[in-house]
Amino acid sequence: MNTRAFTMQLIAIAFAIIVAPLLIGWVNQCRAWLQNRRGPGILQPYRLIRKLFHKDAVIATNASPLFRLVPYVQFASMGLAAGIIPSLWTGLPFADAADTIALVGLFATARMFLALAAMDIGTAFGSMGARREMLVGFLAEPALLMVFFTASLISHSTSLPTMVNVLAHGPLAIYPSLAFASISFLMVLLAENARIPVDNPSTHLELTMIHEATVLEYSARHLALIEWASALKLFNYVCIGFALFVPWGLAQGLGNLPDLAIAVPALFIKLVAVGFGLALVETINAKMRIFRVPEFLASAFLLAVLGLLVHLLLGH
Amino acid sequence: MTDPTCAFFGITLIPVAWLVIGLLGLVRIRSVPWVGRILFPVSALLGLLLGAMALSGLALPAQTLVLPLGLPSLPFHVRLDGLSRFFLMLIGFTSAGISMFSAGYLRPGEGTPPGLMCLQYHVFLASMAVVVLANDAYLFMVAWESMALSSYFLVTTEHRLPEIRRAGFIYLLIAHIGAISILLCFGVLQGGSWRFTFDAMRAAHLTPLWASLAFVLALFGFGAKAGLVPLHVWLPEAHPAAPSPVSALMSGVMLEVAIYGLLRVTFDFLHAQLWWWGLLALGLGLFTALFGVVFAAAQTDMKRLLAYSSIENIGIIFLGVGLTIIFHAFHMALLAAVALAATLYHCLSHAFSKSLLFLSTGSVLHATRERSLGKLGGLIHRMPWVAWLTLIGTLAIAGLPPLSGFVSEWLLLQAFLFTPSLPHSFINMLLPIGAAALALVSALAAYVMVKFYGVIFLGQPREPTLQDAHDCGRPERIGLLWLALGCVLLGLLPVPILALLNSVSRELLGASLGGRLQHWWLLAPIAPERASYSPVLFMLSTVALVTLVTVAVHLLYHGKVRKTEPWGCGFPVVTARMQDTAEGFGQPIRQIFEPFFRMSRTLPSPFDTAPHYRVQVDDHFWYWLYAPVATVIQGVARMTAVIQRGRISVYLLFSFLTLLALLVFVL
Repeated sequence: MNTRAFTMQLIAIAFAIIVAPLLIGWVNQCRAWLQNRRGPGILQPYRLIRKLFHKDAVIATNASPLFRLVPYVQFASMGLAAGIIPSLWTGLPFADAADTIALVGLFATARMFLALAAMDIGTAFGSMGARREMLVGFLAEPALLMVFFTASLISHSTSLPTMVNVLAHGPLAIYPSLAFASISFLMVLLAENARIPVDNPSTHLELTMIHEATVLEYSARHLALIEWASALKLFNYVCIGFALFVPWGLAQGLGNLPDLAIAVPALFIKLVAVGFGLALVETINAKMRIFRVPEFLASAFLLAVLGLLVHLLLGH
Repeated sequence: MTDPTCAFFGITLIPVAWLVIGLLGLVRIRSVPWVGRILFPVSALLGLLLGAMALSGLALPAQTLVLPLGLPSLPFHVRLDGLSRFFLMLIGFTSAGISMFSAGYLRPGEGTPPGLMCLQYHVFLASMAVVVLANDAYLFMVAWESMALSSYFLVTTEHRLPEIRRAGFIYLLIAHIGAISILLCFGVLQGGSWRFTFDAMRAAHLTPLWASLAFVLALFGFGAKAGLVPLHVWLPEAHPAAPSPVSALMSGVMLEVAIYGLLRVTFDFLHAQLWWWGLLALGLGLFTALFGVVFAAAQTDMKRLLAYSSIENIGIIFLGVGLTIIFHAFHMALLAAVALAATLYHCLSHAFSKSLLFLSTGSVLHATRERSLGKLGGLIHRMPWVAWLTLIGTLAIAGLPPLSGFVSEWLLLQAFLFTPSLPHSFINMLLPIGAAALALVSALAAYVMVKFYGVIFLGQPREPTLQDAHDCGRPERIGLLWLALGCVLLGLLPVPILALLNSVSRELLGASLGGRLQHWWLLAPIAPERASYSPVLFMLSTVALVTLVTVAVHLLYHGKVRKTEPWGCGFPVVTARMQDTAEGFGQPIRQIFEPFFRMSRTLPSPFDTAPHYRVQVDDHFWYWLYAPVATVIQGVARMTAVIQRGRISVYLLFSFLTLLALLVFVL
């Protein structure tokens, strides 16, 4: 790994970390517009994070060290994921260290730590949140893996940058299998990022919470890190979606300036469109009952497997 | 005498030394210090030595030895090759941790006295080593049976309790059904030569029909020992009954020894000729894995939960064996090598992590006298050593990077991704479904492990007595630490370890990953652009990022912390009973996978003054398979009882009639 590649790798991670809250801000702003509200502005997530960092942390008396460690692990694993997922250029040396299967494993590790932290205090809602988070997780994870498998059968690689190179720069072809995979991926994205219809990110009713229930006991800097990590997770998922289904505009290799001049606006245009799309989905759908979530995710899983079978049947 | 021969003698002497240690336990049969402080640590050292010797010799060619023991026409044959060295290494290293733990675990109590238990334990260890070393069917079966018997006595250590005697009986019964099947398998394998050395079996040429029969018998026999569904029923009974080190040894080592047997017969004797064998093993493995993990999620006894988790892992291993057979039968050597590497790696990983978890349940059991998950909780504060080391085992079993379980799952999924290149369209379509099921199983395993760890170690103590729980002692810590270290090293250094497996792979398949393992830090079994994984880099960057973020947050802002009561969500009192119970945590799984279970539930009515909620989860196989079989056997037994009259004249009449019939035959 030479110095330039390493620097570019760090820049990619830093870029993702900085831009991620913007996406959440944009989604929330669009949601406000669609619901005839003025909205707080797209910079609100940054203000929230800043405010939280300045507060004193309040921790339950019976919290173990695990509880205090988890926000950092969350943030680090999402930052690490941002180093594997190409957002602007595909030349990510770190992607050699962890391919898509390891990426799914990384998300799973983060989820498991979050669930353990939620159980650590021993309140009713914490363990309920942990249980539900793991429920969503164990259904969404195989679906995500199947989506990756479909793409890797096309590109003959499990490394995300290689997949992008094949899909974006290979001969233009229409892959019916990817159509199935994309629907499945969208459903996984909604579930994994605690969006409506699976979970409501702005809920204040503990009984309906999934993700929010797991972080109920966190405050101040710990909460800031977790919120930031959630924003980063959404950004990561959206970038995975771009990489697999709309890879055009991504710079190849480490990216020279003219390529980046295309890649940056392309990314922002895609983010704007997807942010609006997410807000639309969240506005026109209602949150499901928790018992419906397994059906929703099982259909995502079956769609992904169907995509895989379609690929094998059609041969491309 | 050359050096390798020396090592060979050394290895064969270790089972003998274990037997001697076992006999020494009888010298002072009731003395815990003698057995615990002296014999078990020595035995742990011997295990370490065995592991090291086997490890250092992995690449050496096969060596054989004929011992002047055994039957007159069939002396004991011993053979040491790559496969047996690998499994000896597994036995040695895993048992080192378990024996060290046992040194601190023994307590004077009811049940079997410690000295006798020491004998049973070491006979068990030695017989497992001999199973792996044996090179003729006779020695193999003798060792196999003494393994079953010694472990039966270990399971029934607390033999004064009727349910433990029952568990032991079921274990012994299934062990023997399996043993009969293995015996028949050897009978088929000798192929008409009537020579029962393994060398003769290697040389025998069987027709596909006979070979298939031998494979199915082996799958059944070794599957019964390993816990393949539907022969898994003994595991969830025997494991909770046995003392924890014994559970660890049975789950972490004995199940893997059964896998050794299957690998030996399938690849070494039968050369894995037919692809449908692989499909059979793969299908059974997948079902076993899914079955195990779903049942594990519904358990409320911590050791039963782990027993079902073992069933799941055995399923994954069988799946790997199946995949290897399929690739091998289609002459795709490299892919077969990947699948075999995944299988062997999973054996190692499971040995370390499952032993660790069983031992930690032993510590919890000692500290709290409680096995039911519903009465534990919050032990991370009282038992930090056990809790943090168990966390490593938990993450490893759940198959999360960068620990050991993930490496084998990664390799298996990689192998699955190549199945579309198989020259058989039917399997091509079938196998991606297998990959999907494997993904589901590994995701569910994480759910199970969150339940296991969260309910035992996190949250608030569910019973007031847990306040006096104490952490484990020093020998126990060393044992746990060693096994946890194994999980971490297996996770971080897959390439050097896989490189060691090359000789095993060459022996069984005629191919290995060989030169593809160039960089010690980058695992790229096929080609770097195809797939690569570097746990060391992964770990380093995670640690670096965590440190960086921690330092940055504390430098830029502040590290002020206020301690207060947890937020009660508006309730006046928050009690420990408001946490999820083990039943509650498993409820979503029970609901989603309802057809798997046979459930009976009693719900309280709204007017109950003392509401009582009870749910019982049973295994369909008891009612669909075992109960009918038991009824039939009892019926047959009752019919034969007709001739049992209890009068000598009637029996003489029977003898007379038999003789008469024989005379008719002869004349």
